[in-house]
Amino acid sequence: MEVVLALGIGVLTGSGVWLVLRPRTFQVIIGMSLLSYAVNVFIIAMGRVRVGAPPILAARSAGDPAQFADPLPQALVLTAIVISFATTALFLVVLLASRGLTGTDHVDGREPEQ
Amino acid sequence: MIRFADHLMIVPIVLPLFAGAMMLALGGERRRDVNAALNVATTFALVAVSISLLQVADAKPTGLAGVYRLGDWPAPFAIVLVVDRLAAVMLLLTSVLALAALIFSLARWHRVGVLFHPLFQFLLMGINGAFLTGDLFNLFVFFEVLLAASYGLVLHGSGLPRVTAGLQYIVINLAASLLFLIGVSLIYGIAGTLNMADLAERIPRLRAEDRGILEAGAGILGIAFLVKAGMWPLCFWLPGTYAAAPPPVASIFAMLTKVGVYIVLRLSLLLFGDSAGASAHFGSEWLLLGGLATVAFGTIGSLAAQDMARLAAFSVLVSSGTVLAAVGMGQVAVIGAALFYLVSSTLGLGAFFLLVELVERGREPGADVLAVTRELYGEENELKDPQEVGIAIPATMGVLGVAFIGCAAIISGLPPLSGFLAKFALLTAALNTAPGAISAPGWAFLLILVLSGLAALIALTRAGIRAFWASPDRAVPRVRLIEIGPVLVLLLLCAIQTVQAGPIMRYMRATAESLHAPQDHIRGVLGATAMRFGPPAGGS
Repeated sequence: MEVVLALGIGVLTGSGVWLVLRPRTFQVIIGMSLLSYAVNVFIIAMGRVRVGAPPILAARSAGDPAQFADPLPQALVLTAIVISFATTALFLVVLLASRGLTGTDHVDGREPEQ
Repeated sequence: MIRFADHLMIVPIVLPLFAGAMMLALGGERRRDVNAALNVATTFALVAVSISLLQVADAKPTGLAGVYRLGDWPAPFAIVLVVDRLAAVMLLLTSVLALAALIFSLARWHRVGVLFHPLFQFLLMGINGAFLTGDLFNLFVFFEVLLAASYGLVLHGSGLPRVTAGLQYIVINLAASLLFLIGVSLIYGIAGTLNMADLAERIPRLRAEDRGILEAGAGILGIAFLVKAGMWPLCFWLPGTYAAAPPPVASIFAMLTKVGVYIVLRLSLLLFGDSAGASAHFGSEWLLLGGLATVAFGTIGSLAAQDMARLAAFSVLVSSGTVLAAVGMGQVAVIGAALFYLVSSTLGLGAFFLLVELVERGREPGADVLAVTRELYGEENELKDPQEVGIAIPATMGVLGVAFIGCAAIISGLPPLSGFLAKFALLTAALNTAPGAISAPGWAFLLILVLSGLAALIALTRAGIRAFWASPDRAVPRVRLIEIGPVLVLLLLCAIQTVQAGPIMRYMRATAESLHAPQDHIRGVLGATAMRFGPPAGGS
């Protein structure tokens, strides 16, 4: 389980970083999305990987931390997902504005001279 | 139970939030006058609230004005807001600068795009929240609030340079936010808490094998803040963005870099102070080196800058680099002086960004952008507007010139204004760190600071000559009282800071002392009644 998770985070981060460093705005936005997925999974992993344990107290198990998964990272991830979704949407709008104003999808707003 | 007066602590967050929401509810862009009035009233109230918070904080011997437990849950579990001397002075600085920028923008800039006023209030909410929060994840949320509002404000007025600069600004900040999350979750994974005071208590008791991950997390977190603070080599986005942003926005952005500096200062002294065991002073040598490199980069950049807005943006780098280097040196006296410098240079830079627009108004490029955006939003030429508020003041160039000299004196650190006192205090403190010989960082700091002052003076003089003397065919810019007024008020505040240097320096010194002895802070936040369970630290 841990190996799969670690590999998944690594692949997402690697692809994300590579795409963010590309010169086209669309590649950058996909890269940012991949990076934010990687970070979300990473936050969950930092709360220790538990399979099949609920993050909320079940009846008659109160006070026994061994019975449930750490709920805090899951709350953090929810917040992080909402925020990254909103900022990605905003970034998409700016990307379109930039494409419309400059006529190119290069991040510098102009094509590099050949 | 919480008394009524204690709720004052949450006002700097709640008030802008409600004001911003009210503006949208009242009709957004269609009722711009109402929005503007509400914005001015709210910002004015924020100044008053922060002054009273500052007085409360200064009256307490521990410097801790209070801890606000949201929902009244005990501290390590619930989110807390903490007001101490440092937070109070930053709140005051923000609201004063915001008021000046806002009044300046009422002359014309708030009309060049949509929703300026609500975004402005949300930005203030984010900044104030970042200063007040005592919790790392909440800090992330407030950072995102202020960043989201700042994206909108950078793009305010649209136009090609702003969209291109804004695009890069958004990407770099999104990437920094992801690093922020990685750092926060690493720290949570090891220490099991996100409350800053609780963290400070747990870090000395961490197991040696966990320390590496904790320090990695803190380092990644630090990178996220240093991107915001503009430390070299993470600062290449800053000059372009600040120069392209609308001047009132750039002026309040001078405060945004200081948010990053503030967090670095707070966390490095709270989490990695003298009592942090093996992790004590983690990263301080990097802060010192990075700060000095930032000052050098900003200095070279300001000498090379072709227009005044870029010159101002590079001066922002010099200012935040100086404070970062002082944080890296870490002594009480240096940090006290650095806080004095922070206040003076932020006020000076805020005034300078506003002034640059007034001086450059007679020139073509700025006028171009304005004309285009005015066309875009269907505004007629407002210089012929019969409902003009304020008067066109005579001897415009004279007043602008005097204001320019004032800004130049503050930024380059020449007498008689507060910039000189600030640099003098910084250097005195840095050279007197150890009895006897002057330390190597002290010499480096002295050299870089003096050279950067000289370079700033050269760059500003050159820009001044070009703007005021060497362009005979330029039209005298038409400046209104509500535009030059805020600049003069900011400069006046610097003059007051010079005259009242004694009491202000004492306050900063007390702030630095309580930052260096965070035990009172930790005890105040966690409280005597705080519930504790589970193993104190080291894995969960």
